[in-house]
Amino acid sequence: MKVALIGLGSVGRGVAGMIAKKDLGITITGIADSRSGLIDAGGVDIPDLLARKKESGFCGDRAISSADVVKKADYDALIEVTPTDALSGEPATGYIRSALSRKKHVVTSNKGPISLSLKELRMAARENGVALRYEATVAGAIPIMHTLEDGLAGNEILALYGVLNGTCNFILTRMAAEGLTYEQALMEAREMGYAEADPTYDVQGIDAAIKLVILANTIWGNGVKLDDVDRTGIDLLTADALRLAEDEGCTIRLIAEAIPRKKILRVSPRIIGKNHPLVVDGTLNALTLETDMAREITLIGRGAGSVETASAIIGDLLYIRDRYVQRA
Amino acid sequence: MTGGFVQVSMKLEMKDSPGQLVAALKPISEVGGNIIAVIHQREPDLDGDMLNVQIVLELPEGRLENLVVLLQEQGVHIQRIGEERLLYKRTVIMIGHLMHTDLSDTVDQIDTTGFAEVSELAMSMPAVNARSSSRITIKAASKNDMEAAIAILRRVSEQKSLLLIEPLEEIA
Repeated sequence: MKVALIGLGSVGRGVAGMIAKKDLGITITGIADSRSGLIDAGGVDIPDLLARKKESGFCGDRAISSADVVKKADYDALIEVTPTDALSGEPATGYIRSALSRKKHVVTSNKGPISLSLKELRMAARENGVALRYEATVAGAIPIMHTLEDGLAGNEILALYGVLNGTCNFILTRMAAEGLTYEQALMEAREMGYAEADPTYDVQGIDAAIKLVILANTIWGNGVKLDDVDRTGIDLLTADALRLAEDEGCTIRLIAEAIPRKKILRVSPRIIGKNHPLVVDGTLNALTLETDMAREITLIGRGAGSVETASAIIGDLLYIRDRYVQRA
Repeated sequence: MTGGFVQVSMKLEMKDSPGQLVAALKPISEVGGNIIAVIHQREPDLDGDMLNVQIVLELPEGRLENLVVLLQEQGVHIQRIGEERLLYKRTVIMIGHLMHTDLSDTVDQIDTTGFAEVSELAMSMPAVNARSSSRITIKAASKNDMEAAIAILRRVSEQKSLLLIEPLEEIA
C-alpha cells in the first residue's frame, strides 16, 4: 500500500519510523513538513529522510508544498498528522477534502477537522467510496474507534465517561499524591514536557471537550459542537479540595461525560471513588462505555506519545489495507 | 409535610420469596400512604431466605398503628420505625470565597427545602483572602429530592462564583 504523509512533528516521525521498522507492506510515496515536500513514486528512503529532517529541519524540496503532495503524489491513503487548529481546522481540513475528492483514503490524528467537519468529511468519503479514519484523535493508543465499530458492533451505547486529557490527569494525580498546589503540579507537568507553555487548552477542559465532541458525533451522529459542552476546568482546584476528597476515600479527576438520554454533555472535575476504574495515574487515559448488551466496558491506555499515537494510525492504515487495498 | 401527612422510615424483615415484597408493600397504599423510597439490604449475617428492606413513606396522620397491624398480618417483621427519613447521601466539594459569600446562607438554601439537609460540613481556610474549600454532605429522602438539592447548589454556586465539584454518579 502506498501512503502520503503530511506532517513531520512528533506523531509524523513516529509513524514514519514504525513504517520503516516494521514489515507492513506500506511504502511512503509522498511526504511533507510545514516548509517542504518530497514526491517519490518509487518509495521514500525513510531513515535517510528522518536523518535529513533532523539535520536541516527540512524533509524535501522547499518548492513542493503539503498541498502539492496531497494533490499530485500517487498514493492509496493520506496520513494527515499536522498540528491541530481547533478553531478553523485548517489547513488540515483542506488536505483531507482534497485527498477524498481524489478517491484516496484518509487517516488523521487531527482533532480540528474531525471535531468541526466530521459529517461533511464522512459524506465526502462515502461519495468517493473511500475510508476516513481517525482513531488517533481520541485517547492516543486506546483503540476506542475500533472497539466501537467492531468489538461492540450491534450494541447501543447508552453513555460514555472518560479521562481524556493526560495533562490534567497528571496534575490531579500529583496534587492528590503529594499535596501539591495546582500551580506546583502544573510547573512539574511543564518540566516533564506534559504541559504546554500556555496550558489553557488542556487545563480548562477544552481538549477533553473536543474529544468528547468527536466521540459523541461518532457514536450518536448528533451533530454536537464544542459550544454544546458544559465545561469546567481544573485550574481553580485547591490542594485542600483534593484532601477533603481523600478523607472520604475519594479523589478528583477531570471527567468527560456524555449521556444523551439525560441530555448531558459535560467536562468537569468530579469526586470519584479511588477504586473506580476511571481513576488512572499520571498521563494515562481511560474510557468507560455503558452499553445495552455488553454493559460496562473500560479501556485504559496511553493517551499521547509519538509511537503510541503511531499505533493508532497504523491500526487505521492496516484496517484500510485489509478491507480496501490489495497488499503491495 | 402539609395536609396532615407524616413521613416515616421503617426497617422490615420478610421472607425472600417471589411476590413477598409486593405483598408487604400493599398495605401502605391501603392506608392512603405513598412510598418515597425502597432500599434493599442483604445483610451477611441474615439467613439466606430472609430479606431486609428499608422503606421511607408518607402517610396520613393517625394511620401508622393500622399499617403496623396490616404489615404484621402479611408476615412482615418490623425491626424499627424511625424518623430518619433522609436515606440518600451525596457529598460535594465547594471551592471559593465561601465565608465572604455567606456560607450559612448556602447551607440554609438546602436546609429550608424540607426535603434535604446538610448533614456534614468540613472546611479548610488557608488565609483570609485565599479561596477556601469545603466538603458538604447532603441527605435527602429520595433520588429526585437529591437531584433537586444538587440543582439548588449549582444555582447558588453560579450566583456566588463558587466552584462546585459533584460526585461522578454510579453508572446506571
